[in-house]
Amino acid sequence: MTTTFPFSAIVGQDDIKRSLLLAAVDPAIGGVLVLGDRGTGKSTAVRALAALLPRLEAVAGCRYQCDPADAGRDCTPECPSQGVTRGKPKSIAIAVPVVDLPLGATEDRVVGALDLEKALTSGEKAFEPGLLARANRGFLYIDEVNLLEDHLVDLLLDVAATGINVVEREGLSIRHPARFVLVGSGNPEEGELRPQLLDRFGLSVEVATPREVAQRIEIIKRRDAFERAPDRFIEEWQGEEQATARMISAAREALPRVGVPDAVLVKIAELCIALGTDGLRGELTLMRAGRALAALEGDRQVETAHVRRVAPLALRHRLRRNPLDEAGTGVRIERALADVLPA
Amino acid sequence: MTRGATMDEGVGLGASEPWDDALTVASLLAVDLLGLRGVRLRGLPGPAREAWLTAFGAVKGADAPLRRLPASIDIDRLIGGLDLSRTLAAGRPVAQKGLIAEADGGWIVAAMAERMEPQVAAELAKVLDTGEVVAERDGIGLRTRALIAVIALDEALPDEAGLSAGLADRLAFDLDLAGVRPVAATIQPPSFADIAAARARLGAVVHTDEMVACLVTTALALGIGSLRAPLLALKAARASAALAGRDAVTADDVMLAARLVLAPRATCLPACDSEDHPPEPPEDDQHAADDEPLPPPDDLGERPLEDIVLDAIAAALPPDLLARLGDGDATRTPGPTGGASGAQRAQAHRGRVVGARPGKPVGGARLAVLDTLRAAAPWQRVRATGGPHAVRSPDLRRIAVRPEDFRIKRFRQRTGSTTIFLVDASGSSALNRLAEAKGAVEMLLADCYVRRDEVALIAFRGQTAELLLPPTRALVRAKRCLAALPAGGGTPLANGLDAALALALVQRRKGLEPALVLLTDGAPNIGRDGAPGRPQAQDDAVASARQARSVGLRALIIDTAQRQQAFSQRLADAMGAVLVQLPRTDARGVTDIVRSTFTQSGRA
Repeated sequence: MTTTFPFSAIVGQDDIKRSLLLAAVDPAIGGVLVLGDRGTGKSTAVRALAALLPRLEAVAGCRYQCDPADAGRDCTPECPSQGVTRGKPKSIAIAVPVVDLPLGATEDRVVGALDLEKALTSGEKAFEPGLLARANRGFLYIDEVNLLEDHLVDLLLDVAATGINVVEREGLSIRHPARFVLVGSGNPEEGELRPQLLDRFGLSVEVATPREVAQRIEIIKRRDAFERAPDRFIEEWQGEEQATARMISAAREALPRVGVPDAVLVKIAELCIALGTDGLRGELTLMRAGRALAALEGDRQVETAHVRRVAPLALRHRLRRNPLDEAGTGVRIERALADVLPA
Repeated sequence: MTRGATMDEGVGLGASEPWDDALTVASLLAVDLLGLRGVRLRGLPGPAREAWLTAFGAVKGADAPLRRLPASIDIDRLIGGLDLSRTLAAGRPVAQKGLIAEADGGWIVAAMAERMEPQVAAELAKVLDTGEVVAERDGIGLRTRALIAVIALDEALPDEAGLSAGLADRLAFDLDLAGVRPVAATIQPPSFADIAAARARLGAVVHTDEMVACLVTTALALGIGSLRAPLLALKAARASAALAGRDAVTADDVMLAARLVLAPRATCLPACDSEDHPPEPPEDDQHAADDEPLPPPDDLGERPLEDIVLDAIAAALPPDLLARLGDGDATRTPGPTGGASGAQRAQAHRGRVVGARPGKPVGGARLAVLDTLRAAAPWQRVRATGGPHAVRSPDLRRIAVRPEDFRIKRFRQRTGSTTIFLVDASGSSALNRLAEAKGAVEMLLADCYVRRDEVALIAFRGQTAELLLPPTRALVRAKRCLAALPAGGGTPLANGLDAALALALVQRRKGLEPALVLLTDGAPNIGRDGAPGRPQAQDDAVASARQARSVGLRALIIDTAQRQQAFSQRLADAMGAVLVQLPRTDARGVTDIVRSTFTQSGRA
């Protein structure tokens, strides 16, 4: 409906762009959180990503766009794939869903609820899927995530952890797959994020306004050109956009073949131990992010250099943090990196 | 053109009349409604605001819709949702546009914008960014085009937070109408035909790269981080050129834009940026890089445009900016509070709707209409066609609702609270373990973080009290403020208590329960009038304490003196406060006491 600013035309903000690309290459990395000052183009980057994602194969007629390769294993009984016993169910290519979760959304629209129209007109008790269903196998984007109502946060935490949305309301009893890459953005000055929600994000990025004059000038120029003549601007950047889209597709294909040498795994573990991150999620995310970066850059296996570059993104928000610690966790990661993975 | 009279002076622009500026803002907004996105109008209702709105109404054109947004609007009405009456009449869900969508192509005037709920402000900000409003509510999914601009009437008093910073960042202009007299306008407002001509011309107006560079550099020099500011200034410059009937932006337009868009956002004076950036803008490098001939510098002599713009702005900066700067934040000294309009909101049946449960809508309980309909919906066929209680009318479009379908709304009262730390930063207190007191406060802050409470910090020393940190959840800032707290001078306890009480009442009006933590060594020696003298100071402090008690402010006094002062007990009695002796406990002990005090006495 409204045109979006091209991803490739975003000046600077390398951390945001890299994190989003990594999550697009390997959704298992588990989401991206972008926190930073006002007017830094946080949501511009997220909204721009949608245009770059390769299309998705989905079971035709499934309301949860489930994966034909799975043969609808954990989909609902009504899914067309359930009747198929031999071969793959009929599938279609669809655009990867990038679903906006607006702040004012009510619970029934998020999890799904009784289909009012059917109930009112025919008295039929039918389930109408919500935003979580629409986001299955895609991205769920929450702008101003730190302002989200607590009861919606609780709901999201549960679904994001299990990948399944369980609806028990109004006499309905439904479970359907809801695996999505959670992308959140916000300005920490307007409210802190709950630690539990923080932990659900695979990567986190802290953005600041660029301080370099030349860069700022370039940002203003491009933004202005876009707002004055969006169509022409998008056309000018089409080549770059296609190149980025191809890079993502290629990286996705290459991903399963990218090896992670044991020596690198040892280094990853050492790094996480040195930083005292809780649980194994830090290690797993770091490994996946390193692999996705190698795939993006066309490398056959993960090197320590890849790990070094993604470590701040993957670990920053996992360190046990004193809420009053000003220096931030970035410094601690730099220090640990210098010890464990000297350049 | 019309504004030519003031333009000729060039540098003298900074001294132009505030009312002229206000009228210029109205014209520029009318020219580029969707690009400039609106204005924050500060000041209480009065002739200036009325006159501005009238002047704006005259130039904006009759075709653009205008909607008024009350501060208490609910999200349903704002973004749209289910139209209940039509849903009931039609027997199927009917969507209803919200107020934002109704204003598409026009204006939203937000009354009492300082009281706007954070969600409402965030919603407006998002619409300004994306140009559409998305509602996912109550069984309806709605996506509507909404290109709007916002006039935020911000009536915040000097010590109040005001319009949401996120929303203010997206509006081009920030006009302070307090003290502006809408009389002696020296410029003639443009006619609507002028505006229409300017609108038609706007798309073709060109600017040079140097102008973009100038606005960006100026914004940086004024300590403005957000990149929206220079972009909005650029649009304002173009609107100004279009209004003057020119096809190219001139230095005058840039200066005007910088003064109207950038100056009100300044967080530091142009001179104070020497640490971060070289004082001389890296002008030469850019032109070398751009490899582009310098545009003729109009009639401005040989000085670079940046310098001239900065000079113009320096003259236009609010005179009290320096005083407000403090440690980089624009903090203000709290004044007496009392005039904020609007009565206290009713507390019953308020708060966030967290669901519905079966029940009768009596005794103030509110019917959850939608949930009631949902409960009734599956039975409509049965009720219409047969069964023991069949409805006689076979008309399916009427919904049969039975008492057992009734659902009532469940509310969860938002038990948010604001802890106000009132810190004695006097010379005697500094001797008496101010450092430990700071330690205790830091632990309390960590506690507030867990509960997601807001904290505020007021310090008193010398002769006055100062609001160092307005209520915030950003605890890092609280800590920074506290660490940088200097100590020395007299102990104006009464003034400190008065400031805390004023802030507490403001917070209560917002629906947040205030609590006061006072750290002092209990030795006031400055009276309310600023005169030294121990007995008067004590009496004044006790009087203020009684006032705090009379409004039911929960309070805790942490006595930091080496030996307990008799006065501390007197103060605690007058205030109905819990008194804790710091020397007998360590920082952690204080935290425990505070926790138990506030959990026992509050939060019913």
